[in-house]
Amino acid sequence: MALLDIQNLRITYDTPDGVVEAVRNVNLQIDKGETLAIVGESGSGKSQTAFATMGLLPHNAQVSGSIKYQGQEIIGRSHEEMNKLRSNEIAMIFQDPMTSLNPYLRISDQMSETLIYNSPDGKRMKKKDAIAECVRMLEAVKIPNAKNRIHLFPHEFSGGMRQRVMIAMSLLCRPKLLIADEPTTALDVTVQARIMDLLVELQEEFNMATVLITHNLGIVAGSCERTVVMYNGDVMEQGSTIDIFGKPGHPYTQGLLSAVPRLDRDEERLITLDRSFETQLAEV
Amino acid sequence: MSTNEPILSVRDIRVEFKIKKRNALPWQQPEILRAVKGVSFDLAEGETLGIVGESGCGKSTLARAIIRMIPSQGGQVVWQGRDLIKMNAKDLLAVRKEIQMIFQDPLASLNPRLTAGQIIAEPLKTHYPNTSRDEVKKQVRELMEKVELSARMINRYPHEFSGGQCQRIGIARALITNPKLIICDEPVSALDVSVQAQVVNLLMDLQKELGLSLLFIAHDLSVVKHISNRIMVLEFGNIAEIGEAHDVIHNPQSPYTKELINAVPIPDPIAERQRNAERRALAANA
Repeated sequence: MALLDIQNLRITYDTPDGVVEAVRNVNLQIDKGETLAIVGESGSGKSQTAFATMGLLPHNAQVSGSIKYQGQEIIGRSHEEMNKLRSNEIAMIFQDPMTSLNPYLRISDQMSETLIYNSPDGKRMKKKDAIAECVRMLEAVKIPNAKNRIHLFPHEFSGGMRQRVMIAMSLLCRPKLLIADEPTTALDVTVQARIMDLLVELQEEFNMATVLITHNLGIVAGSCERTVVMYNGDVMEQGSTIDIFGKPGHPYTQGLLSAVPRLDRDEERLITLDRSFETQLAEV
Repeated sequence: MSTNEPILSVRDIRVEFKIKKRNALPWQQPEILRAVKGVSFDLAEGETLGIVGESGCGKSTLARAIIRMIPSQGGQVVWQGRDLIKMNAKDLLAVRKEIQMIFQDPLASLNPRLTAGQIIAEPLKTHYPNTSRDEVKKQVRELMEKVELSARMINRYPHEFSGGQCQRIGIARALITNPKLIICDEPVSALDVSVQAQVVNLLMDLQKELGLSLLFIAHDLSVVKHISNRIMVLEFGNIAEIGEAHDVIHNPQSPYTKELINAVPIPDPIAERQRNAERRALAANA
């Protein structure tokens, strides 16, 4: 059985200009311990799919289809049930490490919250124990001098450090599935490389499945086994990363791959995405 | 590229910021952050110089100091034989129509209360206030066509455009005074790869057509390599390396450049996994 099984997912919004289909018909599965990449341009519905899995869609979203986590339906669950799932089973890292931490709270306070209210063994953890556990986790994500740093505020950390704090926070309850939504987009390339190395290492250590949402095809090539290509709310193709990058089947994937300037090649002119496949899609 | 005198030569430019410590006593000297520590380079006519480095290395500060958006603490910026740093305000204004800038955030760099046409016309109205209305309109329309925007969109507001289209408006605004140099501060880093390719191609075409010089600041080495003739790598306000683009990428001399290049992912699963393994092995040994 797949760890996460999404079938016929459709997310729509009623707007004054009519119904907007953010996600049309998404089918995908993730197995235990697997790394899956979801790639696509902005507006392709990749984050919407992730938000639906986390139960974080806004109230006016209309969802149909099914998202099963370990065989259990997620769509339609109550807030309390989702909270339980979010703390112990599925965790998420967001794109912007600057805005996803609460600026008013010390790292120690916002990190330990998760453990105090949702400790893995079901009991309420003492604050002191929770903070000790947080320090251990900060050390696992290689924050030097974590014992003292934990009492600082988010603005006293650099971007890369804040993203490490976010990762540490999401791993506190040992999730089985980690959804990383553009975790390195706001960071420098050198920091990005270090964060990706860290994620790969932690994934092996904790035996998590990871969904990596990104538009950076280079990162996908380096660390994901399978790739899902999304466009305009639809899955264009999915398969092993080596196959998709080696022999892209869909014209959209081919276009995306050839639009990226590459450091290891000299091209005269960048190939822009040929949008003619859109008319083909409309005809089908 | 011409081999004549450089159009811009920067000599030993320094930018410093004073940082007041919290709870400092009034007579205590503020700490000094040296953002740009004496950078020198030349830019030829029609040349593109790429400036790369991590955030905080001083790339944007350097660009802003060159056109005197922020004061510098020493050095020279010689623009066609005249030092910009010592120039008075009136002459500076005249020079500014020859040096234009394109910014990183396409939407934030456009005034939300002006239409696309008004935004593009603004520099013209500042530098040539006597231009007739019809002439302004004509030039704006021509430029919109040139950056591949339909002239029908002239009365739309920035929020009605996509990120790529907003960046085209920014480019049109920079072009309207017929500049000789355009400073591009991360012009494509907020765009999707497919849109990024279009904007990069547009910039390269315009450069060829109009003979522009470009200072192209970005943190994405692959884009910089593609667009630049030469590349300058900045590290903590110093030049780590400067040279022909091909040489800097394929035969980097400074360890910092090597580190940057190794960190750029390549969209090829087999090659990239090998590079990752090598990098991790290196990190484990260190």
